[in-house]
Amino acid sequence: MKAKALNRSLWVFHVNTGSCNGCDIEIVAAMTPRYDLERFGIKLVGSPRHADVLLVTGPVTRDMKKKLKLIYDQTPDPKVVMSVGNCGNSTGVFYESYNIEGPIDRIVPVDIYVAGCPPRPEAIIDGVVKAWKKLEEMKKK
Amino acid sequence: MTLTTVLLMSVPLALLCLLLGLIYKGIDRRLGARMQARTGPPVMQPLRDIRKLMLKENIVPKHAVPWLFSLMPVVALGSTLALLMYVPLFGQAPLLGSYGDMVSVLYMLLIPSLTLVIGGFVSSSPYAVVGAQREMVTMISYEFPLAITIVAFAWLASVAAPGSAAFAFSTFSAVPVWSMTSILGSCGLIILFAVMIVVTSGEMGAVPFDAAEAETEIAGGLLSEYSGRNLALFYMASAVKMVVLGSVIIALFLPFGISGYAGLEGMAAQAADAGFFLLKLFAVIFAASTFPRVAVPRLRITQIVKMYWVYATAAAIIGLTLIGIDVLVEAI
Repeated sequence: MKAKALNRSLWVFHVNTGSCNGCDIEIVAAMTPRYDLERFGIKLVGSPRHADVLLVTGPVTRDMKKKLKLIYDQTPDPKVVMSVGNCGNSTGVFYESYNIEGPIDRIVPVDIYVAGCPPRPEAIIDGVVKAWKKLEEMKKK
Repeated sequence: MTLTTVLLMSVPLALLCLLLGLIYKGIDRRLGARMQARTGPPVMQPLRDIRKLMLKENIVPKHAVPWLFSLMPVVALGSTLALLMYVPLFGQAPLLGSYGDMVSVLYMLLIPSLTLVIGGFVSSSPYAVVGAQREMVTMISYEFPLAITIVAFAWLASVAAPGSAAFAFSTFSAVPVWSMTSILGSCGLIILFAVMIVVTSGEMGAVPFDAAEAETEIAGGLLSEYSGRNLALFYMASAVKMVVLGSVIIALFLPFGISGYAGLEGMAAQAADAGFFLLKLFAVIFAASTFPRVAVPRLRITQIVKMYWVYATAAAIIGLTLIGIDVLVEAI
């Protein structure tokens, strides 16, 4: 029973580490009436202290490296990090740029990668479902 | 009521109202979603959220005052549960009705908000401090129209039902306030009813008045440093507070039962009245929380102050004046 406690109540904190806002808008689109993530008990929260999932977008600019680490440490366990969009997964078009510290998994451990530029809301929802599974496995251990 | 009955009744009552508050929160979320053409979470969602929060790590920030930081959520839940003993619930007289009246409830209602404020100040986050200051300002704002309403009720009771305790809830459950006045006074009462609904919105921290907890601008405000068990306690406190505030409005303005009309007696009558109470509570919560949340965006803190100190206070004084004229005319 304890393992299932997390799967229908995920609170998501969204971190933008230098994204162009494309992915961010798709995340908001997943909350709209058409996709309605809230029906699965998922909601966006304003503080990393409340979060179960860190939804990170962007290629991590030099300025954001420290802050991303800090936000990761501020999030209470058990937690899952989702990297949304090609920039976060592989730094995308900013590959080998001088002011980029990413991709995200070089700074914090990433559990789920969602590909796309930007990813469709369906892809983000699919990623969140995988986050449930990951959290359940974490709890079992 | 003897001490043993109070002790025996209080724990089940507290648990029942806690469950009720959480379910009402779920209905509130679901209905809000339906009004936005979404499906919305299941009604049991707040219970799931609580269960999850209990499993999470409980972080106390490095620069916070640890004992105050961890004490405040407990005090918040404890004080709201204690409030349940002083307000009439399910069409019954309050458990400790002879020990407290409207004025004591008015004062005790401050404690949950104060715990939020203290918790915000000691949590060492600038966001929480800003949230705490906003919460204090909101508290100061809605107290004035609320006090005017209570004075109006006491005035009415002292004239219409002389000899009874003017501030006691039992006075108004025995004789509904609407039967104490004629047309003019009823107009005043309707105005006060509207003012009380707006005040309740503010006390619940419902959306147009939630500048203290604004997620999108100050990262959750007061609660921004709370996580895990502490956050769950605050969440439960706000659920119970919703029930308390709803019952205060019901006790003052809608103390009607349906058992008299249905011709029921004994246990059946009590059950019918309890069911009707749940319906009234839903209506009050819908009017004070769900509807404004969907219909109106968040107000700035300056607008909240203006809303209460200018508009709500003016409306409450007009209501009080109408009732006063009514009372004086009746006296002649």
